[in-house]
Amino acid sequence: MTTTLSRPPADTKVADRASDRSKAENRLGQKLVAPAVVLMLLVTAWPMLQALYLSLFNYRLTAPDDREFVGLANYSTVLTDSLFWQDMWNTVLIMVVTVAVELVIGFAFAMVMHRVIFARGVIRTSILIPYGIITVVSAFAWQFAFSLNNGFVNSWLPFVEDNFNWFGDHWPAMFAIMVSEIWKTTPFMALLLLAGLSQVSEDMLEAAKVDGATWWQRLWKVILPNMRAAIMVAVLFRALDAYRIFDNIFVMTRGAQETESVSFLTYRQVIEQVQLGVGSALSVLLFLSVLLLAWLIVKLFRVDLAQARGEG
Amino acid sequence: MAPVAALALASGLLAACGGDSGTPELVWYINPDAGGQDAVAEDCSTDDYTITTQVLPQDAGQQRIQLARRLAAGDAGIDLMSLDPPFTAEFAAAGYLAEIPQDLQQKFSEQAFESAVTAATWEDQLVVAPFWSNTQVLWYRKSFVDQTDLDMSQPVTWDQIIEAADQNDGKIGVQANKYEGYSVWVNALITGAGGQIAENTEAGNEADITIDSEAGQAAAEVIEKLASSEAAPADISVSNEGTAGTTFGSDAGSFLVNWTYIWGNYGDDRLGDDIGFARYPRTVEGEESRPPYGGIGIGVSAFSDEKELAVQALECLTSPESQAVNAEKTGNMPSSPAGYDQEAVKELFPPELIDLFQESLEAAAPRTLSPYWSDISGAIQSTWHPPSSVDEQTPEQSAQFIEDVLQGRRLL
Repeated sequence: MTTTLSRPPADTKVADRASDRSKAENRLGQKLVAPAVVLMLLVTAWPMLQALYLSLFNYRLTAPDDREFVGLANYSTVLTDSLFWQDMWNTVLIMVVTVAVELVIGFAFAMVMHRVIFARGVIRTSILIPYGIITVVSAFAWQFAFSLNNGFVNSWLPFVEDNFNWFGDHWPAMFAIMVSEIWKTTPFMALLLLAGLSQVSEDMLEAAKVDGATWWQRLWKVILPNMRAAIMVAVLFRALDAYRIFDNIFVMTRGAQETESVSFLTYRQVIEQVQLGVGSALSVLLFLSVLLLAWLIVKLFRVDLAQARGEG
Repeated sequence: MAPVAALALASGLLAACGGDSGTPELVWYINPDAGGQDAVAEDCSTDDYTITTQVLPQDAGQQRIQLARRLAAGDAGIDLMSLDPPFTAEFAAAGYLAEIPQDLQQKFSEQAFESAVTAATWEDQLVVAPFWSNTQVLWYRKSFVDQTDLDMSQPVTWDQIIEAADQNDGKIGVQANKYEGYSVWVNALITGAGGQIAENTEAGNEADITIDSEAGQAAAEVIEKLASSEAAPADISVSNEGTAGTTFGSDAGSFLVNWTYIWGNYGDDRLGDDIGFARYPRTVEGEESRPPYGGIGIGVSAFSDEKELAVQALECLTSPESQAVNAEKTGNMPSSPAGYDQEAVKELFPPELIDLFQESLEAAAPRTLSPYWSDISGAIQSTWHPPSSVDEQTPEQSAQFIEDVLQGRRLL
């Protein structure tokens, strides 16, 4: 970050001379991406507009004749419903807890992957394995692990009774869901942080060492500030991912014990209850809240995506 | 690139629809089973048409979703479909089911059990042909009952079995996870007390919600009593047909309400002579129990290009002989007394059990027939789950919630 800010202002003459060529390059670039943009608009913008349109109707797929225009009534139903806010709270809670825990464990893994001298390939691969497993499969694995009938968690944990039903109450069920989510996506966090770690210059670390900085001081004063952009990108990506959590809940509790997330609520309205109107309103709200979340993280933490990509 | 791929895909699909011989192909969407419906499809194929099957997902809710989405889009690739009773009204009201001619309606109605006919009827028309029927009975461990003073030759009530299990360290197997099976139990308890979850359901989302009644209270009392007693298994809030069977097979097994296939799973090998069976328990003393009804009816798609042939095929597909072929392969019992009379069916179970199944089917109460059943059922699951939360307020709360959901005032 400091390097971006302290960069000298660009020489205007140089910029002018370069502008003709860069304009031509820009135009060529635009032409090259145009087909992809058109295709993207067709496959993403159209459904989004369709959802926006549908959200203004009371429309059930199996009762097409009863479809009626209700304006913003679906939005007010959703926004005044306690279930929506309960699910929103669950979602935010899962997001905050899992991202925080993953950040710590992921950083430790990143350090291991960065520093390991022997069997580097094997260690890196084994850390990354959970991320390679399909989320539904990992959710089933954890559900079996916590299951009262054929799980092993109860017998492994000394302070838990043998007939404790993890999915029988809100907090234990949320705990199981979060454990599964953390296990599955920590490697992704570690991978993003590893990229940041390798950007920290060894020279700076050696200089700090020569100046007598302890390991702890080097971590807090040199390593972390220098990989701030990578950390924020990791947090952004994982937060948006965690905010849309669906698979684990679908497999482990099906939303029972009030463990439902906003995505799961949307799925139930649109797919299970075929309520296209209110379901579309929920999808629109979900989309807007994801946008808001991304904007908040980018603005609050001043994440420079360009720098993180190495363009800065 | 994309258009080329799309074209290739489309032509592939078109080719698949054509079929290579001149005989029309009837596509029957079936729920997964052990090959019973495949065998029936083969037996009923004639020179005029060939019946082929396509398998739907395992979960009944997912079967409904796949069929509803295809039919809403007017998919002509479905000719016949196996429908679960709770969704029959919804599909009929949506116009997804082709009309069955009156003479065939009459034939199917006369042939099938009363509960099967009720479950297959919407607005006075038989909209699907009953194929197989399932019902629940009360399974018990003889060794456990011997420790109690219960007389299983007489009808028993839920109160009696809960107390017996509570006092003798037994666990009762029920289905009380947050899923359709829990609605089945709630419905059986309410109808067993002479009530209904909803009435005047032909008014769609304007139906009268009658769950807040004496019968609703009686049902809530049974669930509250079981959930707060020692007879409740530890996993009651996540229990389904499978886990309830496991509880029944364990050392703490005492009573179990479950479908007919329990005999196949536990009858001979696992528990030997220890397994007994009786009529579904009564909700209130002195009132006949109404066992749950399940099964499959076969409907003809309104969007099929071969509707006449498909309707014609129904007659063979649901004949007592076909029902017997299906029962032999899958253990899913016939929907008609004539089906039960087939020799192959008689050999599947002990004679007393066959009699009990038939008696239960005659008395069985299908789930409330409403195009909005999935909403009603979902609202019941939201308000009655977990079982430990059920108390005397529950029927009133659930009535209010069901109405709000049907009117679009609350999210489900």
